[in-house]
Order: sequence, then C-alpha cells, then structure tokens
Amino acid sequence: MRNVGAAWCFVAPALLVIAVFFFLPVVAGLAMSLTDFDIYALADSGNLRLVGLQNYAQLLQTPLFWQAFGNTLYFVVVGVPLSITVSFGAALLLHSRLVKFQAFFRTALFAPVVTTLVAVAVIWRYLFHPHYGLLNYALGLLGIPPIDWLGDPHWAMPAIIVFAVWKNFGYNMIILLAGLQSIPGQLYEAARIDGASMWQQFRHVTLPMLAPIVTMVNILTIAGYFQLFAEPYVMTQGGPLQSTVSVLYFMYEEGFKWWNLGSASAVAFVLFLFIFCVTAVQLRLARWQSAA
Amino acid sequence: MAVCRVRPGLAGLLVNGLLLGGATITLLPLVWMVSVSLMSPGEASAFPPPLLPGRVTFANYRELFAHAGMGRYLVNSVVLTIVVTLVSVLFNVAAGYAFAKLRFAGRDRIFKVLLGALVIPSQVAMVPLFLLLKQLGLVNTYGGVIVPAMAGIFGIFVVRQYALSIPDDLLEAARIDGANEFRIFRSVIVPVLKPIVVTLAVFTSLGTWNDFMWPLIVLNDSELYTLPVALASLSREHVQDNELMMAGSVLTTLPVLLVFLVLQRYYIEGLTLGSVKG
Repeated sequence: MRNVGAAWCFVAPALLVIAVFFFLPVVAGLAMSLTDFDIYALADSGNLRLVGLQNYAQLLQTPLFWQAFGNTLYFVVVGVPLSITVSFGAALLLHSRLVKFQAFFRTALFAPVVTTLVAVAVIWRYLFHPHYGLLNYALGLLGIPPIDWLGDPHWAMPAIIVFAVWKNFGYNMIILLAGLQSIPGQLYEAARIDGASMWQQFRHVTLPMLAPIVTMVNILTIAGYFQLFAEPYVMTQGGPLQSTVSVLYFMYEEGFKWWNLGSASAVAFVLFLFIFCVTAVQLRLARWQSAA
Repeated sequence: MAVCRVRPGLAGLLVNGLLLGGATITLLPLVWMVSVSLMSPGEASAFPPPLLPGRVTFANYRELFAHAGMGRYLVNSVVLTIVVTLVSVLFNVAAGYAFAKLRFAGRDRIFKVLLGALVIPSQVAMVPLFLLLKQLGLVNTYGGVIVPAMAGIFGIFVVRQYALSIPDDLLEAARIDGANEFRIFRSVIVPVLKPIVVTLAVFTSLGTWNDFMWPLIVLNDSELYTLPVALASLSREHVQDNELMMAGSVLTTLPVLLVFLVLQRYYIEGLTLGSVKG
C-alpha cells in the first residue's frame, strides 16, 4: 500500500522502546549470567571474565537459593489454589440471581486489587501484630491463643499467603464472573429439562464452559505468584530465619545489595525457565484435556 | 445461576450474608487504616485494638509533610504517573492501531514475536536494564522510571484487539477525502478508540503509581522516591509508629482508590478485554 512510511511512523516509537529497553536487556541478561560481573566489573569492565555456567552451578550449591526456591514454591503451591478457589466462590456468589446490590459487592470485593501493594502490606503488618493486631484479637474472641504471625518461621509464609489472597482474589473473580456471564442461558435450560440437578448443571455445564478461562487464570496467577517480592520486602524482610526469602528477593539482594550482577542474572533466568516450563505443562494438559 | 431453587428466601440470605462477610473482610483493613491514621501517636498500640480514634487528629499527616518529606514523594509519584501514562498511551495506541489496520513488511511476524515475549517476566530484564540506564546516565533520575515504561507489549496487544473491529471503509472514506495517515489517526481513529484509550490510561496510571520493584532499584536518591518506595523505607525505620505509617498508607493508596472508584467501568472492562476475548 501507499502509506507504508506512515505505518512505520506509528509502530517505530513503541518498537524502539521495547527493543532497546526490553529485548536487548533480556539478551544481555543471558550473556551476563555467563560472566562473573560483580562490583569490580561495575567499576572497570576490564575485570569482567566469561565463566560459562559457573554462576548456575554455584547457585545450585547455595543453600539460601534453594531455600528461596522452596519458599517461593510453597507460596505458589498453597497460595494459587487458595486464591483461585476464593475467586471462584466469590464469582459464583456475585453471579447468583439472589444477590442484592451486586455492583456494590463487586466493587467492595475488588477494591484490594487496585490498592498499592506496599501500603496495604504496611496495614497488614499491623493487623498481624502479635499483641495489638486485629487478627489475633478476633482469634482471641474465638478462644484461639495468639499467633506470632510474622515472627514465627512456621507462620510467616502462611501470613503472607493470607495477605496475598486478600489482595489478589478480586482480579480473577472479575474474569471468572465475566466467563460465567458469557455462558448462554439455554444451556442451563436444556440441562434442567433433562432433569439435571444444580450440582450436575455446575459439573457438566458451568465447569466445561469455563475450562479455557480457568486454564488462562491458572497460568497467569501461577506466573504472577512466582514473582513474589514486595510482600516479604515490606512485611518480613525475608525473615524470620529466611523463611520468607523469595527467588526475586534473593535476586534483588544478590544484584542490588551485593552487586553480584552476573549471579543475579542467572537467578532471573532460572526463575524464568521454571515459570516457562510450568506454563508449557499447563498448556499441554489443557490441550490434552479438551481433546479427551 | 441460582444457588438453590427450593427455598429462595434462605438461599438469598446465605448468598447475601456470605458476600457481606467477604466485603467486610476486604474493606475492614482499609477503613481501619483511615481510622488509625487519625489517632494520636501510640493510641493504636493497645489491647484490645481500638477501632475508632478517641479524638480525631491530623497530627500524623502534618508530621509526614513537615518532617518525612511526604510532599516531595507525592510530587514525584504524580509527575511520574502522568508522564508515563501520557507517553506510553500515545505510543501503544499508535502501534496497536498500526498492527491492526495498516500494512507494512513483517507486520505479522513482528507481532508474533511480541506476543511470544509476553511470557518473559519483566524482572529478567532488570539487572542489565539497570546497567544500560547507568550508561545512559538515567539511574537516579525520573528518566530511569519513565524511559523503559514508554511502551508495553500488553498495551499494544489490547489496543490492536480493539482496533481490529474498525471497519476498513471508514479508513478508505477518509483516504479518498484526501486526509493523510496522521490526520486520519487523529480525527477518525482516536475518537473511535476512545474507550480503549481511557481503559489503557486508567490501567497504566494505576500500575505506574503502584509499581515498586523497579523504582526501588533505579531511584537511590531519597529526593526522587515515589510514594511506595518512600513508604517501604519509612516503615522499615518506624516499625513502632503505627499511626504515622497508617497516614502514609492513606496518602499512598487513597488516590488510586478514588481514581478506580470514578473510572471503574473502564478498568473492569479492560480486565475482561485482555483476557476473555484474547
């Protein structure tokens, strides 16, 4: 067509920004992860040496890396199902014909999603306070003895999970609600005529119709939860006893506290590779399921 | 879907009761934040935790502005959010429209590469990006936050999906009238794309305001801190000052909550647009 030049004018600024400030760093990161880039190389690039896979090998021998990996996995494996279950439950409730003030409830349940993570993490740090926190006070009313939420290595990660579910479930709730609303009413009608109970309708109409959306929600939520960082940074600073150090928290300290930038790049790629594999497995499973 | 058809009265009570319980859990921490921010220093550190201030005081807010530099952080956050939103919406809308409606060599291949790159978490780029910006002299400047955020794959993708529905006749008619491509974009396309432009602007501004990890890395000079970075740093220093920290949280999160409440239609539309249809 005649206006090819104009077309390039439209895409060039965005493509340039993405190429220079995203693609280039990603490729450079892969290269950096094969070097011993540290504070000395930062001062003088003459101190930079290629070390092959040594950063990766070293990581696998670093106990704190494994701990960070385990903590993150704990956060994902417990946090994601909990989060999506709450989202799903809330979406089903909102979708019910019996709801009064649907718009109000939708906004109220969604509100934590738009709040600033750091600010609400500060709030929850006080809600979790062992002596003055509202949470222990409420538990006390039920006769449950106080828990040192953020001070006890066994409770710190569960506390962060509770906080993350509170903060995030509204997001998937909206997406699942839109999915529920897009299921044609005739399907339920047909099922009812065939004598299907409420549970059977849910099992054989709602769930299969929602399957693609649930797969997508799963993938995005898992990828998001692997990127845990600000919660431990604000609430626990990785403690107690490093029970809440996440992979990204480890990367941040490795890179921007100790300036081991080569090693930090390697951490980022290990995380990316892991997320990528988990996503690929889920897509494969979803395809296999829809084919079956 | 009706939960129960047998006894709608009871089921209705159950559904609304559960939702009320849920809404209480989501809103209580936010309401409590505002309440504690109006208490005198030390008042909230009591058992049982007080829900309402004995006497309303704005001393915490005054303290934040007078001694903690909150005014400065507020300005930083506002400026960065406005600039990033304006520039990135312009770039993303132009590119998204071109990917949907204009022809140029390699268009579909480039778009596929961009889509594929959506799986790469932004943190993978952070370490080298820091070094790159250091070379460019942008570390410790507003530019360090603005420049990498000037365009985003997701924004381009969302605009393209929306722009695909623009009928070609509309463009042809304008071309026959002799309008050049930039005029068509400004006076035909942008009005048609207005809903998605607003949605993208709301998304980008809330995301920029709330962003934490990258500003934390690239802004080391406390004069340049955004509100979340400043709040995180203050909260590490002032672990005991409950009321002061709550006032800081109110200042940080209330603006985004208000923007969301006013423009929530666009925000929620954007959420479902990026996912269900995509």
